[in-house]
Amino acid sequence: MIDVKKIAKLANLPLNQEEEKKFSEQLGQVVDLVSKLQAINTTNITPTSQVTGQTNVFREDKIENDRVLTQAEALSNAKKTQNGFFAVSKVFE
Amino acid sequence: MTRIEEVATKTNAFITIVPKSTQKIDGPLAGKTFVLKDSYVTKGIKTTAASKVLEDYIPQYNATVYKKLLDAGAVLMGKMNMDAFGHGGTSENTDFGPVKNPWDLERVAGGSGGGPAVAVATDCVDFAIGEDTGGSIRNPAAWCGITGLKVTYGRVSRYGCIAYASSFDTVGPTARTAEECAKILEIIAGKDLYDATSSPEKVPSYLKNIKTPAKKLTIGIPKEFFGNGLDKEHRKLILDAAQKSEKIGFSVRNVSLPILDYVIPVAYIIAPSETSSNLARYDGIRYGDTRDKFTSETKRRIMLGTYTLSAGYYDAYYKKAQQVRTLFIEAYTKVLKNCDAILMPVNPTPPPKIGKLINDPVASYLADIYTYSQNPVGLPALALPCGFTKENLPVGMQLVGKMFSEDVLLQIGYQYQQVTDWHTRKPNL
Repeated sequence: MIDVKKIAKLANLPLNQEEEKKFSEQLGQVVDLVSKLQAINTTNITPTSQVTGQTNVFREDKIENDRVLTQAEALSNAKKTQNGFFAVSKVFE
Repeated sequence: MTRIEEVATKTNAFITIVPKSTQKIDGPLAGKTFVLKDSYVTKGIKTTAASKVLEDYIPQYNATVYKKLLDAGAVLMGKMNMDAFGHGGTSENTDFGPVKNPWDLERVAGGSGGGPAVAVATDCVDFAIGEDTGGSIRNPAAWCGITGLKVTYGRVSRYGCIAYASSFDTVGPTARTAEECAKILEIIAGKDLYDATSSPEKVPSYLKNIKTPAKKLTIGIPKEFFGNGLDKEHRKLILDAAQKSEKIGFSVRNVSLPILDYVIPVAYIIAPSETSSNLARYDGIRYGDTRDKFTSETKRRIMLGTYTLSAGYYDAYYKKAQQVRTLFIEAYTKVLKNCDAILMPVNPTPPPKIGKLINDPVASYLADIYTYSQNPVGLPALALPCGFTKENLPVGMQLVGKMFSEDVLLQIGYQYQQVTDWHTRKPNL
């Protein structure tokens, strides 16, 4: 049984009771489906996390002026701003 | 009503119809019209990824692929409907109404790039840019009767592409023909300093190369991909296409690619894991609405990925899937030693009726079986129309090649389209 409440909390997804019940069943079915992987022997196989064929792609540590957003642009999609800052819910008591 | 307005009303393909612009019309694609899947940021033009979470988002910068097309003189006509954040294979997982198939409005157009495919199939535009993470260009191309190219991972810059699964996502063209895809690919491919995963591999002259008679190329037919899970009409049409290819000079041989049982588990562990991380940025603070506004399917994928990455489950799921990913690379490499391209289906069935798959996650994930093995490996794949079912619904097939072998795939596609006319047929919309 998947602990949907715990997963939803980790994922910061607010769910109502109906959703919790529905997702619990559906996620259970999907996890059964993907658990088929356990049947395959992967002893000594190195995991692949990316297929670029490249390593350590760096650039110079300089400001790229073409890509800098103005303060107004950066704030332009925020629902709540104050004095040129993003306004967020407080995280301290 | 313009053609675009007519198609938009009948199919829900468009999220935003872009007003006529005053940009310069000059360059190799001068005057060619196109649409973008609504997962590409376009400065000053609303970009939603088909989700309520981004319904008011107006990007402050341009995706590289968009910039390149504008610089080449192409004209943007619309931002297209899709499965939200790329999560789906039918364009029903959208907050903007399901995208209807122009060949039968009661059926799905395919996904996640249903909107772009419909715009091309109905002649609204010359081409579209889609995004393919597990079939999102190829699936709707096949179900709408057009050509679509999943490029090699890193061939085209992903800068400005709203991410689904960062190690799978690819940016690619979809158009009526392989020839048109070749022309667009030349413009959009290449290393981009803004995308560290983009490849320094040289960009060939795709358009010129497809017309050069190819050295004798070999096409492999993997027996496992033509078994009981595939609709019989589809099997017949694709194998007919293989015979046609032999008649025009390609060599065809049987091969074995025994990975099918593990495609869905690998895909549906890695992609949701990566998406649970990528979608963490949608916190409603700097942009977008709150996380309760995600669709059910998006929430499911985020939770699945959170689970498979969480302590106690990471080794059994995420790490295991990445090991099987290595085995997929080995299996494909082995087959591609003996052939230049592998021919396989795109979809296991004709397009289903709208509403059939959206509430059945397991069934809808299983429908992705033929298109979700190429992205973990990074291989390119070209979807081509190859016929119609007896109910006049389009059927597509795909050619999968070695890394950076788009020129080989486009060559075969071009030659096939010289002797067939499936790609010229249009829906009666």
